[in-house]
Amino acid sequence: MKYLTILLVAFFALSFATSQDPDANAIIKKIDANMISNSNITTSKMTIYGRRNDRTITAKSYGEGSKKSFTEYLSPEREKGTKMLKLDDKLWIYSPSSDRTIQISGHMLKQSVMGSDLSYEDMMDERKLTEIYTAVVSGSEVLDGRKTWVIDLIAKVTDATYEKQKIWVDKEKFVPLRQDMMAKSGKILKRVSLSNIEKISGRWYPKRMNYKDMLKQGKGTDFEIVTIEFNPKIPAHIFTKASLKK
Amino acid sequence: MNQALRLAYRNLVGAGLRTWLNVGVLSFTFVLILFYNGLIDGWNKQAKRDSIAWEIGQGQIIHKDYDPLDPFTILDGHGNINTIKGNVSPVLVQQSTIYPEGRSISTLLKGVSTNQSITQLPTGLLLNTDANIPALIGKNMSNKSGLKEGDEVLIRWRDSEGTFDATNITIVGIFESTVPTIDAGQIYIPIEKLWELTGLENHASYFIVGEGYEHKEIQDWEFNSQSSLLETLDAMIETKKASGTIMYLLLMAIALLAIFDTQVLSIFRRQKEIGTYIALGMTRGEVIRLFTVEGFMYSVLAVILGSIYGIPLLWFLAKNGIPYPVEQVQDFGVPISDTMYPVFSLGLIAGTLLLVVVSATIVSYLPARKISKMNPVDAIKGKLQ
Repeated sequence: MKYLTILLVAFFALSFATSQDPDANAIIKKIDANMISNSNITTSKMTIYGRRNDRTITAKSYGEGSKKSFTEYLSPEREKGTKMLKLDDKLWIYSPSSDRTIQISGHMLKQSVMGSDLSYEDMMDERKLTEIYTAVVSGSEVLDGRKTWVIDLIAKVTDATYEKQKIWVDKEKFVPLRQDMMAKSGKILKRVSLSNIEKISGRWYPKRMNYKDMLKQGKGTDFEIVTIEFNPKIPAHIFTKASLKK
Repeated sequence: MNQALRLAYRNLVGAGLRTWLNVGVLSFTFVLILFYNGLIDGWNKQAKRDSIAWEIGQGQIIHKDYDPLDPFTILDGHGNINTIKGNVSPVLVQQSTIYPEGRSISTLLKGVSTNQSITQLPTGLLLNTDANIPALIGKNMSNKSGLKEGDEVLIRWRDSEGTFDATNITIVGIFESTVPTIDAGQIYIPIEKLWELTGLENHASYFIVGEGYEHKEIQDWEFNSQSSLLETLDAMIETKKASGTIMYLLLMAIALLAIFDTQVLSIFRRQKEIGTYIALGMTRGEVIRLFTVEGFMYSVLAVILGSIYGIPLLWFLAKNGIPYPVEQVQDFGVPISDTMYPVFSLGLIAGTLLLVVVSATIVSYLPARKISKMNPVDAIKGKLQ
């Protein structure tokens, strides 16, 4: 009888524990594992929806850690050959039409990239979620037919661009399906909707993202991954200023 | 000399229409030069007066890392205000974005002292209001953003750590100023509110200095006198003046060319007269003087004619002003009023008078020099020389 009581208590304790939300920090760790790699080479297509017309820009990017990245625009003809190099918190842009390299810093980093809903800073900030935020699971919802954990992120560092975020994480694939970025006041500033999740090199990765400035009208900016290669070896010369003019 | 003047006057009046055409063109040039320079001087005076009243005060104390012309410096260009005492008004500048009707407009968010009286900015309007964050904007900004008094608009900014924040502000007043540099793309809120929003407690980017302030060296802050702050405006207006000079010099050249041409023709056609003068005992020099005086008389008559219609016209313009399409030029950043009042100083009138008289006399003298080489016998015979 004594053993039966112990068994029953253990059973109820276990079932109670499993009905609780999982560790939110463990979830965002899994997200980081899917989304962040030591290095990557990406070909992407960015569609900017304007009031009068839409523009599509294709680019090839190389990234290493959160400090180094290099992007070359491949099309349209007007932007072809434009290159961006990011080293630590500095960003240089090379324009082939003027054959000049300019450094973007300070407030300019907060400006939009080529009229899109992404700022240079959004593109440059590749820190892991676990480094910036503490996470709390606030519930679970079904989003676009997928079961998701709803996680509230609160910045634990003082220099986070967004003080708060709310993310909807696919329970099975551990990829965010939606990301609401908020001001300190709680106002939603930007929403990223992620879709077309595919398994690439053993990790789930969203091949399509829509960035939407929630304070502005419009359809936002679509960012589509055409090809992506995780953890390739990238020659060191790519991340030098000399490569901008090559 | 009296004889030369009398003769010259008779000759000119005798020439009839030709003389009055020359005099007319020269008088028009004279009035135009006065008008244009008077307009520029009036603009200069008004621009300086308004810049001082709305923006510059008696000078500015600017943080060493802040350059008003360089947006890169806004982020770090501010310092603690407690080091500066006296009749000064602090201004903290931060960058922000407003979203009127779903559009985004980059703006400069300026925190100003609500009880300041150094500038004409109606900061008192920020005081008596229930609005959580009361804001003032200029008329130009109001037109561009479509914001009216009483409207609420969402504003997004970053705090001192770079983290985004957003809330609504309420437009409690729209001011009208001729100084576009304090209006275009700018929003004014109480400085205490901006400190609260950004976490930059007791910080300012610059101070506007009022009457009676005496500057002593302060670490991290640089004093810019009123005259040094007006230098750019002076340079801009000087450039405008120089470009206008080309226009009226061209007109002047046409008038002088007409006088020159008339003189050449006179000397050619009046050879018999010249020969007779010399035969009657006038020296060549006296004949040259006679012709030069004729040219000089053109300018005198032009000044008299110009005064007849110019004085009432310019007086009317100086009193009533000239309407100016301000909205088309305000984007250039030049303080300009919708009515411009020309100013005609004594120096300007005397200088223009001298320019017209001297240049008309010189162009009359140049062809008259030919007389010194004339043979009086051939001249009386009317032989071409």
